[in-house]
Amino acid sequence: MSRLHDMGGRFGDGAVVPDAPDAPVFATDWHARALAVTLACGALGKWNIDVSRHARERLSPKDYTRYTYYEKWISALADLLVETGVLTRKDLQGQGEMGLGEKELHALASKALKAEAVAAVLAKGGPANRDSTIAAGFAPGDRVKTRHPGGSALVNGGHTRLPDYAAGASGEILLQHGAHVLPDSNAHGLGEAPEPLYAVAFKASELWAHPEHPNDEVVLDLWQSYLEPEAQE
Amino acid sequence: MPHDHSDHPHAVLPSDPALRVKALETILTRKGLIDPAALDEIIDTYQNKIGPQNGARVVARAWSDPAFKAALLADADPVLAELGFYGRQGEHMVVVENTPEQHNMVVCTLCSCYPWPLLGIPPGWYKSDAYRARAVREPRKVLADFGMTLPAETAVRVWDSTAEVRYLVLPMRPEGSEGLDEDALAALVSRDSMIGTALASTPDDGGYPS
Repeated sequence: MSRLHDMGGRFGDGAVVPDAPDAPVFATDWHARALAVTLACGALGKWNIDVSRHARERLSPKDYTRYTYYEKWISALADLLVETGVLTRKDLQGQGEMGLGEKELHALASKALKAEAVAAVLAKGGPANRDSTIAAGFAPGDRVKTRHPGGSALVNGGHTRLPDYAAGASGEILLQHGAHVLPDSNAHGLGEAPEPLYAVAFKASELWAHPEHPNDEVVLDLWQSYLEPEAQE
Repeated sequence: MPHDHSDHPHAVLPSDPALRVKALETILTRKGLIDPAALDEIIDTYQNKIGPQNGARVVARAWSDPAFKAALLADADPVLAELGFYGRQGEHMVVVENTPEQHNMVVCTLCSCYPWPLLGIPPGWYKSDAYRARAVREPRKVLADFGMTLPAETAVRVWDSTAEVRYLVLPMRPEGSEGLDEDALAALVSRDSMIGTALASTPDDGGYPS
């Protein structure tokens, strides 16, 4: 039903191992390069953040499991570059054939992120809030129930931000965040489809068979189409 | 539509990850699609300029200035923008306050969402399967992995960052910090205390080794 990335609540992963306080930001040089190449390629404008998240999620289960964090990034990036026609498989295969000094400028080269533009691009960010024609259907304090079964309602096996552990659960609207781009649509070229977004609080006892404490809660940010009013008893 | 296929293009690149990155960087550079100097600039930004010192500055100010704290908790974005702490992966910020009754903790179970302008690039443990899987189901056992035990009367609220909203925890001001100025207070605020897997240090601890 869901994919391996949707791991909230899963058993068997063992202890969390905190980093040493003086651990470097990037454990090795290639981690830093992987992050920077990925960010720089985003500037080419061929995909959005939801498309790139989905590209990592749809790595095969075998690859998702055996790859480390930045291996997922770099592998998903290679896939996206080919799928969007920026590069060909031949480009990837033939990468050793030319000398480093030789250049063959790409049609998109004018879009390449320049060093002097980096600070401004990172500072500008990419806000996800939008005007929406869909009115807010809920207000803080309202009782709601999440969609069940979970998964994308738009695309079979597609991207969604409703984790499986919170599908079909009852909770309460905590915050109204305004209207945001709907990832389920935006990840598949179906438009931004903005709709109201809420922080929804769930009792731990609603989500888990063996909650640690009766007063503990989990809060998730969920779009309006993930929610319905809780049926009155 | 979800583009599932068994022969992913990435498979033709070298299998060693360092070589895989290098190969991709070489191809893209040769075609003029990336500028290696821009990559250096991105890395320098997150290695040296943007990091938990930003968030610590915000926390220290909130501990010192009640009006600032009230504005921060009510609507963080304009307050943070004024400090220059806006940008990629921090476009929509919510600051959540720890109290004796409620402890907040942040995770992203689906990927690795994290408030970059305030905390920089997330640490390895935040991106680990163990943290992503367990933080929502057994936060108290996860806190124990960090050497932290909460009193039974404190409820835990775990924020799973499933949208583009990013959460920063405002830790409780430690005892013994009365009279300290903002610089001294900021030194007590660790990265982990702003994720919710640690408390702020007390002045007796000598501050957090930054």
